[in-house]
Amino acid sequence: MSTDARLDTSKVARTNGSTPATASKPNRAGSLANWADERLGLGTAMKKNLRKVFPDHWSFMLGEIALWSFVVLLLTGVFLTLWYNPSMGHITYEGSYDQLRGVGMSEAMASTLHLSFDVRGGLLMRQMHHWAAMIFIASMLVHLLRVYFTGAHRKPRELNWVIGCLLLLLGTLEGFTGYSLPDDLLSGTGIRAADGFLKATPVAGSYMSFFLFGGEFPGESVIPRLYIVHVLLIPGLLLGLIAAHMMLLVYHKHTQWPGPGRTEQNVVGFPMLPVYAAKAGGFFFIVFGVVAIMGGLLTINPVWKFGPYDPTKVTAGSQPDWYMGWPDGLLRIMPGWESVIFGYTISWNVMVPILIVPPLMLVILMLLPFIEGWITGDKREHHLLQRPRNAPTRTAVMVALMTFYGLAWAAGGNDIIAIKLESDINNITYFMRVAIFLGPLLAFWITRRWCISLQRHDNETLLHGYETGIIMRDPQGGYSERHAPIDGRRAYTLTARDRDHVLTAGEDTDEAGVAKPNSRTERVRAKLSAWAFGHNVQKPTAAELEAAHHHESHEAELQSGLDHPAEGRAMDDHQLRTVDEAPLRER
Amino acid sequence: MSDEHMSPHDPDAPESTPSAGALVARDGGHAAAHHADPIADPGLGEHTWRPTDVDPKAEKRAERQVAAMFALSMVCVLLFLVAYFTLDVGDDWTTFAGLGASTLALGVTLGMALLLIGLGIIHWARKLMADVEMTEMRHPAASPEEDRAGTIAALNAGLDESGIGRRPLVRNTLLGSVAFLGLPAVVLLRDLGPLPGDKLAHTIWEKGMRVVRDVVGTPIKVTDMEIGDLVNAAPEAMFPSEENGYPELHGAEEQAEKAKGAVIVVRMEPENIIPVEGREDWSIDGIICYSKICTHVGCPISLYERTTHHVLCPCHQSTFDLADGAKVVFGPAARPLPQLPLSVDDEGYLVAQDDFYEPIGASYWEREKESRQP
Amino acid sequence: MRLLNRTAGRLSRHRRGPLAGLVVLLLGLLLTGGLYTALSPAQAETQASETEQVAEGKKLFLASCAFCHGKNGEGIATVREGYQVGPSLVGVGAAAVHFQVDTGRMPMANSAQQAPKKPVVFNDEEIAALAAYVASLGPGPAIPDEQDYSIEGLSEEEREEAIARGGQIFLTNCTACHNFNGAGGALPRGGYAPSLDGVEPVHIYEAMLTGPQQMPNFSNGNLGPEEKRDVIAYLESLKAAPEYGGFALGGLGPVSEGLFAWIVGIGGLVVAAVWIASHTTRSTRSKADAS
Repeated sequence: MSTDARLDTSKVARTNGSTPATASKPNRAGSLANWADERLGLGTAMKKNLRKVFPDHWSFMLGEIALWSFVVLLLTGVFLTLWYNPSMGHITYEGSYDQLRGVGMSEAMASTLHLSFDVRGGLLMRQMHHWAAMIFIASMLVHLLRVYFTGAHRKPRELNWVIGCLLLLLGTLEGFTGYSLPDDLLSGTGIRAADGFLKATPVAGSYMSFFLFGGEFPGESVIPRLYIVHVLLIPGLLLGLIAAHMMLLVYHKHTQWPGPGRTEQNVVGFPMLPVYAAKAGGFFFIVFGVVAIMGGLLTINPVWKFGPYDPTKVTAGSQPDWYMGWPDGLLRIMPGWESVIFGYTISWNVMVPILIVPPLMLVILMLLPFIEGWITGDKREHHLLQRPRNAPTRTAVMVALMTFYGLAWAAGGNDIIAIKLESDINNITYFMRVAIFLGPLLAFWITRRWCISLQRHDNETLLHGYETGIIMRDPQGGYSERHAPIDGRRAYTLTARDRDHVLTAGEDTDEAGVAKPNSRTERVRAKLSAWAFGHNVQKPTAAELEAAHHHESHEAELQSGLDHPAEGRAMDDHQLRTVDEAPLRER
Repeated sequence: MSDEHMSPHDPDAPESTPSAGALVARDGGHAAAHHADPIADPGLGEHTWRPTDVDPKAEKRAERQVAAMFALSMVCVLLFLVAYFTLDVGDDWTTFAGLGASTLALGVTLGMALLLIGLGIIHWARKLMADVEMTEMRHPAASPEEDRAGTIAALNAGLDESGIGRRPLVRNTLLGSVAFLGLPAVVLLRDLGPLPGDKLAHTIWEKGMRVVRDVVGTPIKVTDMEIGDLVNAAPEAMFPSEENGYPELHGAEEQAEKAKGAVIVVRMEPENIIPVEGREDWSIDGIICYSKICTHVGCPISLYERTTHHVLCPCHQSTFDLADGAKVVFGPAARPLPQLPLSVDDEGYLVAQDDFYEPIGASYWEREKESRQP
Repeated sequence: MRLLNRTAGRLSRHRRGPLAGLVVLLLGLLLTGGLYTALSPAQAETQASETEQVAEGKKLFLASCAFCHGKNGEGIATVREGYQVGPSLVGVGAAAVHFQVDTGRMPMANSAQQAPKKPVVFNDEEIAALAAYVASLGPGPAIPDEQDYSIEGLSEEEREEAIARGGQIFLTNCTACHNFNGAGGALPRGGYAPSLDGVEPVHIYEAMLTGPQQMPNFSNGNLGPEEKRDVIAYLESLKAAPEYGGFALGGLGPVSEGLFAWIVGIGGLVVAAVWIASHTTRSTRSKADAS
């Protein structure tokens, strides 16, 4: 349904191929497409999709970082499997790394060392795989924040949001299983902590531990088991969910920022072929390149220094990878609570930070679009994004969650913070125990007030123009700054947002005076609606704008001595520079 | 909170039209929103051209730049090959500025090769490909009304023909039989591992077993230890020899016993030890022995401060006071470290009086039931 | 292809270059030689000069140390929360004095739980005198000789074995506080295990022997002299080995890796995304004008 009418190919740079798709004499690409279509019949689908329009904005490419780093993970991961041996069989290392020669270790660790020291590029691939994993999860998180802050999780995209949350969970599990595979001291310490988490599960804890490890910790089964989960089960699920995520993206068409010509009914941007394909494809190479350079320059997980896992050894700075840092931080700041009831032990100190809060956070995350949809009662589809300031409560909720996450994360590095900032590990912990509750509340309050102020500022700009920086002196000797109206397209963009609707509960009884069902939930909903949207600043009405502009232009006329209404940037010397007048460089 | 009233669209404005019953939006519902646009949509602006569109020289230059990036990428790949075949790894790494030359050179050349392709393509897209914005109309996510009606009709027809609604006996037994298939799925996992039994409650320590230094396996004479000493120690059975007669341990069994048997032995001034009831004779002249495995989630701990007699877990910072029955003074652990009762054998070496009286390491559901009284 | 530095010997092959190796060797010789001549009175000096040295040491002690450690090194009984202000020096031995004073930890600038490393106050002779005086207060460990902590005298095979064993001892006894890379770590209530980077082997040996401040002792009865030597050999071998995977990021483990993933990885890629999506320069001319 693309409206190609606007595209006049004669005016496009000549190097860009402009052969129409319906050429009478098919070119080489055309005949290949014919051949394929006669067998696959993809022509109908491709007709729409080859020139499918994608809007262009940097924040729309964050999810792409995740996608491309996942591809890098698949490629480097396959390379690693060619040498890695997922076995806990005990052998004596006789390889190239002097400092561990003659030391007993598992075959998994020995093959990791072999891969690192004797396979050319092996260490590079290991480090690329690890960096790509860190970036994969980080970019999913940043992408999630972008989606939420701009309201892209609203109808009809709620299910894609849930898929995204599952991808985040699976990515984290995939990271943890991969981190455990080398069987070095750090990963073994992580597995032992995981054993402690399992054992803290009420009733079945010790059984779960014995089943996972094939007996008593550490056993000889856990690495082969984690391996198959890492290379087959989770990647399979990830691939499937990523495919679903992308298909829904294509079906819904990408959201876009509001602006002139951009409405809820259309999508404005560049066609998939060639621009978007080039930009996305180019970005793949950039992600791959950045990961390769990081893998070559920055050491990650130097397993040879940790040595093989030995349950009697430990190192300072025993931390999980960053994405497991926040539950680890909760674990560190949790007081040592444990109760014994009827002779059975309940370890709150492990259950709360590991078995209760993280799953709860995930559920809250997945429910966010549904909670919001219920409070607004809004059943419309939304394809225009909102600026974070225009949804102050939503923005503040996410900032509060981020603050909680960030504080827990920092608590997970409390020992490193203590040595790097020369502070006291105990005081950091005490501080965090309080901050983890107060921080999010404070962050919520500050963010919401901040957003509302920004909304007010937008209205000021709309009604009274922008500050020109020109100081006027009036005949009485008073000073004032001259404001000039903003240009019409920008003004439209600022007003291109919905008004918020505060819901009110109807009568509790119907006409006959009988109590209505659900009146209680309706009241709750009305209260929440007032709490969430009642404070927001709404855009000015046409009448308000009219009144303000009339006044402003009159003022400007008087001030500048012009005999016509002052327009836009005529009032100041902010001229748009053009390259033709002032070239950026010698031509 | 007077600021709300500055809002140009006060929620309490009289324009609200509440209707009885349902929840209503105070300004008349969502449908009204679009009509309230204070500024009309000016529409997409006119397309402006890039220097590369209008200036053949600029166009040529951009073309050369893109091609140069692709060519440089090829150079990087050649450098990668050179690095691959000339830089040694294995026994004798070539080094560069204190770094492993192979990893560094392969990473940087491969990275640059990839990056230059990426930069080239993006440059191409930005400067040379058409950048006229296009508009495409959206369609609602839902299927057209008639399609949906058709689907529902088909679904109902299918269900009706199957008779699943009319034959509850068939339906319920089918559901039951499929649900029962969950049992084999669960039961089949039973052999993932043995049942715990009382394995978690016991370690390899036993009466008379010597306490030996970890790694080297030498026994510890009481007279060897000075005040302030910390020994990371192990049960002698982990270092079997003909002399001591302990059987060889292998694989999983060895690792499991190692994981449970590790201890720390410290010596402090005997008067610093706060005696715990029933354990008065568990230490020898200020030499005292505790499990090395944290009671929180099982990390080995040995960050011992000899001045305070505190020992800290590097994983989650639980701190135990070894002078005071290893009770928790800080952090998330809930229980003291289990103490190993010590005595001295005829030759003056440290030996265990017995196994630990309680399970070592992380808590678990049945833990309390498996503790013994000394 | 000998484009880059490479040496042949098995253990010495990780040196960063012939020049660097030479410099290290020379420095090492100078330092140890200097220390050796300065600190081993029994070798070169007579009984008479030893007594003189003790007397000299006592003078220095009274001037700089007695305020906290007492006139006769008996210590001050005041115990603050968790630590003794001026512990007794009877029986700590010359090794403890050499460690504390030669690393600048003593004399302390102000009373605190932990004495940080700082510029050395005394010269070698003065340190030797102080050490001799404190050693005269009661029997204690002497300053180790170079052969105590050097594996130079061993065969190549023995050296390799010593390094591998030293690594295991290091990982069992030391990494819990000092971290796998010797980068140091945090202790309770603001304490810290210092970084081992750039610490002289003799000081590492003395620290193990005497257990400075919160550090536990690894006396010879606990960790044999050879075992201590092996730990030092392992640390030296780590220093000599290249960073195989590139820059070590402080050797702090996953925390610094996480920071780099966010700042360099995500930061760099977001900058790239901004560039990709940004609009290019525009011309005032239109296609029609040009053609």
